Amino acid sequence: MLRFILRRLVLLVPVLVGLSLLVFAISHLLPGDPVALAAGPQATREEIAALAREFGTDRSLPVQYWSYASGLLRGEWGRSVLTRRPVWEDLRIYLPATLELVVAAMAMAVLLGIPAGLLSAIYVNRWPDYLSRLASLGAISMPRFFLGLLLQIGFAMELGWLPLDGRYPLIEEPPRFVTGFLTIDAMLALNGQALMLALLHLCLPAFAMSLSPLATITRMMRAATIEVLQQDYVLTERALGLPRRLILFKYVARNAMSSSLTVIGLYFGWLLGGSVLVETVFDWPGVGLYATKAIVTQDFMPVMGVTLAIGVVFVLVNLLIDILYGLLNPKVRLQ
Amino acid sequence: MALLEIENLHLAMRSFEGEAHVLNGIDLALEQGEIWGLVGETGCGKSLTGLSISRLVASPPARYTAGAIRFAGQDLLRADEAAMQRLRGRRIGMIFQDPTTNLNPVFRIGEQMIDVALHAAGTDPSILGLQADASRSARRKAARALAIHMLDRVGIARASERIDDYPHQFSGGMRQRVLIAMALIGRPDLLIADEPTTALDVSVQAQILRLLHDLVLADGLTVLMITHNLGVVAQLCTHVAVMYAGNIVESGTTRAVFKRPAHPYTRALIAAVPTARSVRGRLQGLAGSVPSLIDAPPGCRFASRCAAAQADCTAGTPPAREIGPGHRVACLHLAEAAP
Ligand SMILES: Nc1ncnc2c1ncn2[C@@H]1O[C@H](COP(=O)(O)OP(=O)(O)O)[C@@H](O)[C@H]1O
Ligand SMILES: [Mg+2]
Repeated sequence: MLRFILRRLVLLVPVLVGLSLLVFAISHLLPGDPVALAAGPQATREEIAALAREFGTDRSLPVQYWSYASGLLRGEWGRSVLTRRPVWEDLRIYLPATLELVVAAMAMAVLLGIPAGLLSAIYVNRWPDYLSRLASLGAISMPRFFLGLLLQIGFAMELGWLPLDGRYPLIEEPPRFVTGFLTIDAMLALNGQALMLALLHLCLPAFAMSLSPLATITRMMRAATIEVLQQDYVLTERALGLPRRLILFKYVARNAMSSSLTVIGLYFGWLLGGSVLVETVFDWPGVGLYATKAIVTQDFMPVMGVTLAIGVVFVLVNLLIDILYGLLNPKVRLQ
Repeated sequence: MALLEIENLHLAMRSFEGEAHVLNGIDLALEQGEIWGLVGETGCGKSLTGLSISRLVASPPARYTAGAIRFAGQDLLRADEAAMQRLRGRRIGMIFQDPTTNLNPVFRIGEQMIDVALHAAGTDPSILGLQADASRSARRKAARALAIHMLDRVGIARASERIDDYPHQFSGGMRQRVLIAMALIGRPDLLIADEPTTALDVSVQAQILRLLHDLVLADGLTVLMITHNLGVVAQLCTHVAVMYAGNIVESGTTRAVFKRPAHPYTRALIAAVPTARSVRGRLQGLAGSVPSLIDAPPGCRFASRCAAAQADCTAGTPPAREIGPGHRVACLHLAEAAP
């Protein structure tokens, strides 16, 4: 198992190199000469050349990439014009906020979707199945921001059970910043009330975000379970006298889950990249909002930073999924 | 009283084309300790007969239209699922054809064996050799020890280490041994083996048959061995039943049936056993094919392929007659069919 993880970690290196190359290339492929732009319309050839030397753009591309990549490793991700702070410091604040939201959304999707899909398959073409299929269809067809608005109207404005938006009450002092994940920081501070507040604020946006992965996981799990139920070993398990519940929730579920895992990894990246919709509706201070503001003000360094950060997280999450897959599926692990 | 008695069992199967009358009045009685071979061409209903005994045929699409299956006096067609679950694994063990698909691939074999042992011990605590009030961990430990013992019995070397391996770490023959160990862990009285060697390499088939033979004799098991290999029957079985299109056309001791086959179909089967010179698997002297079981014609289902068929053969299903001690044949024209 350790060898499996180590091998996957080694494979991570070329992926990350490729990702940084891509971001680097995009920044160099954009039309226009940023140095000439910076020098101004009246600059002479010599002045532009001097400026290019200063920015380092006169050097060969490999050399430039090298200094860019080594800067990334040192935490030098450039500076945002808008916030006037290093991109790295902004990311330290905004990335955990988005990650916390996405993780909560995926947790909801998995915890509800796996049992729903399983039950749907067990009661195939009976009312629990129809109910879950109808709900999945509705969930997939409903736009996230619209659902978010409905949730706000229902649970925050009408019922008043949950906070309308934001990550934490503005008037309250949040727990000391350690990880940037409010729930974790609250636990580290042993502050139960803060944890409760953080969780309450997570409920609506996480649910709005979870709906489409929830629907997909339910459908994947249903299909996988239906297939597993027809396998010979299920008949054998019944012939050996194992109780129905044990067969379904232990032996069948484990098999069916491994095929749903891949979707979970993919959805994680998809939610990260698309977090801006939910973040806008719920005024959630995450990378989605940060990057959007940077894009509309042509603040380039934060955009590159967010792209790279999301890429790294996506790759790491998929590594985690691969490890889980190996745990669920011994054949993968040993190959 | 027979351990297993199947009486006039009729099974209809719904499909897209219509309802097929797949089992058409099966009669079979297995006395304690007898080893029965059930032979016949593919699709004649052997597997469905075996699965019916464990009540593992899904209904729908299956429907039992008549008959009874009595196991130790209990009518299984009227038993509920809970009662069947207590019998399965504990009193009725099953082995299937393809060992590569019959083991759950994502669990260690020990995990499955322990669950089977624990469940069997739920109805009979003596299987684990423990008191009924033994603790959970004590039961698990005993179940694991029993699983290792069973693996050892079926010839898995270093059983105490191999028990923590996954199915794909075993060869086909070894997996079938594991499945045999699982089927026998609850000390069943009846073992149903559905073509247990068909999917294996020829070199391994003989080993598995020998193993089954030894285990069956050692435990005094009653066996229903489903196969289409008459050689297997000759080596292993005390009795044989020959099936054709949902009917048992001839049954009796292996000796009697092989020595004096009376039904035209049995004769064709025995003549078709591949020898050095014949083409493998061809039924000699048999033209035509098995009739459709949807709207099957009345009467003897073999009539359309039978050289000795006469007008009355298609009037009604021929009843089985006893032509020797325990030797029963369902044919109206035995004298004419005899050479
Ligand atoms: N699930 C099913 N649905 C419809 N027909 C079936 C099903 N299972 C088996 N049958 C039909 O029942 C007949 C007997 O099948 P089976 O008992 O598996 O034969 P055997 O084991 O002798 O080869 C076959 O004609 C087959 O087509
Ligand atoms: Mg079969």
